[in-house]
Amino acid sequence: MASHGLDVYMPIIILMAFAVIMIVGALLVGRILRPHNPNALKESAYECGEEPIGIAWSNFNVRFYVVSLIFIIFDVEGALMFPVAAVFKKFASIGLGAPVFASFVLFILILFSGVIYCWKKGDFDWVKSYRIPSSK
Amino acid sequence: MNSTIVSYLSQFEGYQKFVSMASSFLGSNASGYITFLVFFLGAFVIVNVMALIGGLGTYAERKISADLQMRQGPNRVGPYGILQFLADGVKMIMKEDIIPSASDKFMFTLAPLLALLGVLATFAVIPFSSGLMLSDLNVGVFYLIGVSSLVGVGVFLAGYSSNSKWSMLGGMRGASQIISYEVPVTLSILSIVLLAGGMSFGTLVNAQSGFPHEWFILHNPFTFIGFFVYFIGALAETNRAPFDLPEAESELVSGYHTEYTGMRFAFFALAEYMEVFVVCGVAAALFLGGYKVPFDLGDGAFFTHTLHLPEFIGKNIGQVLELGSFFTKTLVLYYIVIWIRWTLPRLRVDQLMTLCWKYLTPIALFNLVGCAFWMYYFEGKSLYVLLFKSAAHAAGAGH
Repeated sequence: MASHGLDVYMPIIILMAFAVIMIVGALLVGRILRPHNPNALKESAYECGEEPIGIAWSNFNVRFYVVSLIFIIFDVEGALMFPVAAVFKKFASIGLGAPVFASFVLFILILFSGVIYCWKKGDFDWVKSYRIPSSK
Repeated sequence: MNSTIVSYLSQFEGYQKFVSMASSFLGSNASGYITFLVFFLGAFVIVNVMALIGGLGTYAERKISADLQMRQGPNRVGPYGILQFLADGVKMIMKEDIIPSASDKFMFTLAPLLALLGVLATFAVIPFSSGLMLSDLNVGVFYLIGVSSLVGVGVFLAGYSSNSKWSMLGGMRGASQIISYEVPVTLSILSIVLLAGGMSFGTLVNAQSGFPHEWFILHNPFTFIGFFVYFIGALAETNRAPFDLPEAESELVSGYHTEYTGMRFAFFALAEYMEVFVVCGVAAALFLGGYKVPFDLGDGAFFTHTLHLPEFIGKNIGQVLELGSFFTKTLVLYYIVIWIRWTLPRLRVDQLMTLCWKYLTPIALFNLVGCAFWMYYFEGKSLYVLLFKSAAHAAGAGH
């Protein structure tokens, strides 16, 4: 078993510090070496050589919203199933595999019915086709 | 703390002598400081080696692509052009640092940091060998999935903060692609966690052995499919072709890093190449036996007992063999990633979403249920054991 101290998390903090040092250090060293003569043309956004029209911060396409909603469902599913998956072997070894397996499958089936619902609604199609009711 | 770099070192007498010497010098227990020092030096070496591999990755990419297209590739700087990445680095650092005046400057500087942070932090749990592993967290794989999502945040932030239309499109695509493909990747990893019975990389690798039939890829049919689901998903998560939609150079100029110049751009490139190494390393650790060497040569018992070498040398030869095993598997996968990039054309956005949600995710879910069934019904024995060992056992029992 791993220790109960937090010393196992020490390398992570050290590595993250290295990432910060790498970026800050390289930019500081570069500041001595690189030229610095900005002008308005250089600092404008690239738009194929034309002058940029308006700002780029537009609204998101609604498809991304649907994708992120489906993602959240599955991510929570993954997060909830990790502990179950980690202890499944122990439960199977003491003969309690059947109830754990049954609840595992039940949980996946509930989520998979969500997949089928999204599939039927056409949310997985990038180009979604709507059936427009005729006006007659 | 098991099978980390500190517990590997502390089995040697010299290390313990050094700790007690430092303790008597400081007048208090110095093991905490020595642990910090070892972690610091280990992290320093790993970061430098990985940055070197990231740099050599750009060289390998150009050389292999040249090979596939019957060109020469870089051949001027150093023998066979192998120092090309250093020349590129020098060029990058000499370039003017331009931040677009219309951009969100704080976010613009934060984005490369997040991308690099997400990659470097994953190296804490990558199992290079049984001794060279910075930290064997009990939530290892879970931590890795979580922390590598930071790269996605970096990609989106870069696209958003640049205030350029190309960057914005690339960033939006990148965000949706990375979160979509995280689902099949997570589910494939989950099925391996289920078979190994633990989330730490030590548990996952120790559940396998040196020979291919003892690896998780050949454990059962579900893990065999799971490996390919993981690999495709991992390719998409690292924004590599055929899934390089966020930077699609022929339609979006350069995608999310269109506005980045000099070192800031270099950090994105470095993060990408190091992340390819990370996902290949995870694939090797989870599916291809990780650092395991055939005949248990890795623990050094053979060298100390049969060849009568000193314990220190014998154990370290074992470690070197394990490192070689891990790096060979990972670099073969790295080659395959580059090979795929220069062979397959890019997918369209709708094809990308269809592949993820209509094919990979249901297949990964099916694999997960299949592995759970295998665990429950066959008590987690591998296909090889079921086919050959159980028959031998039955024949032995018949006598």
